[in-house]
Amino acid sequence: MSEFELSVRACLADPGLTYRQRVQALALLAENALPPPVVSEDCTRAQAKAVVHDMGEGNAPYRPRYVLPDYATALARGSAHLELEAPTTLDDALTFLLAMYAGVPSITGYPVYLGDLDRLLEPFVGPESGVGDAELDAALTRFWRVIDRTMPDAFVHANLGPDDGRVVRSILRVDAAQRQIVPNLTLRVDPERTPEDLLRAAVQTTCADGKPHYVNDPMMRADLGQAYGVVSCYNSLPYGGGAHTLVRLDLSASLRFAEVPAEDWLERSLPRHVELTAELMAARIRHLVEQTGFYRHDWLAREGLISLDRFTAMFGFFGLAEAVELAGVGGGGAGYGRDERATAFGHRIVARLAELVAATPLPYCEATGGHALLHAQSGIDSDIGVTAGARIPVGCEPPLYQHIRAVAPNHRHVPAGISDVFRFEPTVGANPDAVVAVLRGAFAEGMRDMTFDVVGNGFVRITGFLVREQDVAGIAADGRARHASSFLGAGSMVNQRLSERVVKAAPGGTDQALAGPAG
Amino acid sequence: MRESTVQVKGLVAGTVPFSAVDGTGSRYVIFLQGCGFDCLTCHNPGTIPSQPRGMRQVSVGSVLDRVIESAPFLTGVTITGGEPTMQPEFLEALLVALAEHPATAHLTRLLDSNGDAPAELWDQLIPLIDGVMLDVKVLDPERHFVLTGRGNRRVLASASRLAAKGVLHEVRLMLVPGINDADGELTRTAHWLLSLDPQVRVRVNAYRRHGTRACARHLLEVTDADRVRYREVLTAAGLRNLTIG
Repeated sequence: MSEFELSVRACLADPGLTYRQRVQALALLAENALPPPVVSEDCTRAQAKAVVHDMGEGNAPYRPRYVLPDYATALARGSAHLELEAPTTLDDALTFLLAMYAGVPSITGYPVYLGDLDRLLEPFVGPESGVGDAELDAALTRFWRVIDRTMPDAFVHANLGPDDGRVVRSILRVDAAQRQIVPNLTLRVDPERTPEDLLRAAVQTTCADGKPHYVNDPMMRADLGQAYGVVSCYNSLPYGGGAHTLVRLDLSASLRFAEVPAEDWLERSLPRHVELTAELMAARIRHLVEQTGFYRHDWLAREGLISLDRFTAMFGFFGLAEAVELAGVGGGGAGYGRDERATAFGHRIVARLAELVAATPLPYCEATGGHALLHAQSGIDSDIGVTAGARIPVGCEPPLYQHIRAVAPNHRHVPAGISDVFRFEPTVGANPDAVVAVLRGAFAEGMRDMTFDVVGNGFVRITGFLVREQDVAGIAADGRARHASSFLGAGSMVNQRLSERVVKAAPGGTDQALAGPAG
Repeated sequence: MRESTVQVKGLVAGTVPFSAVDGTGSRYVIFLQGCGFDCLTCHNPGTIPSQPRGMRQVSVGSVLDRVIESAPFLTGVTITGGEPTMQPEFLEALLVALAEHPATAHLTRLLDSNGDAPAELWDQLIPLIDGVMLDVKVLDPERHFVLTGRGNRRVLASASRLAAKGVLHEVRLMLVPGINDADGELTRTAHWLLSLDPQVRVRVNAYRRHGTRACARHLLEVTDADRVRYREVLTAAGLRNLTIG
């Protein structure tokens, strides 16, 4: 049997995969039977050395990685493809959305973006609708259950905020009660528009189930325009479009394979690796746009719910901490995030990378000035010994405010999203105002994204998605899980030692530096 | 702010820039050295001595600078101990400095106190604070002496005074099985607290051995069954605003 046939047969009979997971895996095997888009020898070599990594998207891109359809227009106009008229009631709107989700592609085969659900649904729950709170909660509970039971993974993401309303409140209640990993949630926070009490309610849900993630809405709007969405693992992208592809550059590998002294790497070697990353991106984008005709054929494009001129590409990077270490900057072994010089060098790398990416033209990225958007890629399950994005390595995270101040300067350079995870002890659940104050302070310091991981609620934040501890235990016991992302999460927990994340404000720790030792 | 305010010196046992368990919101916690009680159940016995060997004094200004650094992330400041009222001049100067500096004036100021302070001191402090979290060990004076080495006349008077002035933020009951947690005792305490303030907020701190001294190792730890009973008895006595820790 050929290797291909062996792989297919193994997939057909894999006891750990559901039927749908087998179909997904078979599709990838078929795609990878084709040769990848043609690139230069240098680019191929950079991939072989794992300096440049295609995220396992597949050899023949035939759908964009992330799609953010214009759900608002669809709801307002109805859809010929779906044979559904514009809904007028909450039930019809929810049914419309579920029908639409089934036809929204992405790298995972299902949508990674479910829309700004509160804005989409608020018009259906006004005073004239007659929908009471109990009825709203019941309807959204059914909607939530169908999403979790039918979507394949926790990369499925819905957006909320920044304004208060009945729907956002109901979703926060329903999410805390249902304790699902799907959908992932982001709350946009605008200090001028998001009331304290809504933030408090959101933090209570975060304490219960790890969601939502929080974004600095004014900062996002300044970089991406009024219409943007946050999808999958904190990828912020133009609404009505999305990202053709995400290719990532391992900064630590870039430095390791640099053929110049470490001090020259930033100016002489990094630019070449950025070029090679962009070369792979361009080849993949061209295949998708020019060979498959996706943006002409797909029903979303035909109905004007996405358009090519709203798409861009994501230039991901990771391994910043290890790159700083390899460069030998900073003393005492404290490293990026703890040592001032090491942290400042990390900031310099990210700023330089942002300059290079902004100056590197890419085809079909007119939505963002003809170049890719920089993204601090949150890692994948198989990464070992290399830290996600621009994060501080697990186990080395400094105390809360130092942590925020060490990473905040990176955030302005990374419009397509960056995630630094802050792990809290469960006591914050009784005092959500503590987290609200930290959030406000962090955004004022220039943070774009804030992610919390609360110990003891049964959920663990992985790259950006969540797993339930009970699902990880299930995989260990019988190798099965309903959501494909739970397998990735189980791998990450081991490979990235996520249980060793430093907990902020562990009880009993006082900062003794102010005074001499007590007698 | 007067120059002399920031120059006042005191003994600070330590600081915690972020706490979610010392009052509402995100709080900067300042531990002042020294306590007049010598509680068997003390979890931080290193802060009891008033003049520990080798500890140098620090100025109000240096503490203020540290709070300013953290101010963007804070809801407020909690001054605890030890017992903060043991260093009245330093405490008052610190509160004035926090209230007057533009970077910290918006922060709420809470004290965590055992209540063993004279009325005149409270009258000076009350205009400078948003509230007091008060420890009440036990109503009975003799058992109070056994538990703390001191009587509780001033503690009970402080509770009345703070409640009357609207600054009794929370009362904390440290309960130790077999020592101060009998049903009758809990009911009496609840009734007394409700007589001070019908909306009184009460937090039960269940005794745990962790951090205590060898002399306290014979005390029993609070069990889950005890916690259930505390809630039942205190709720039946009329407490509505109750947290069992």
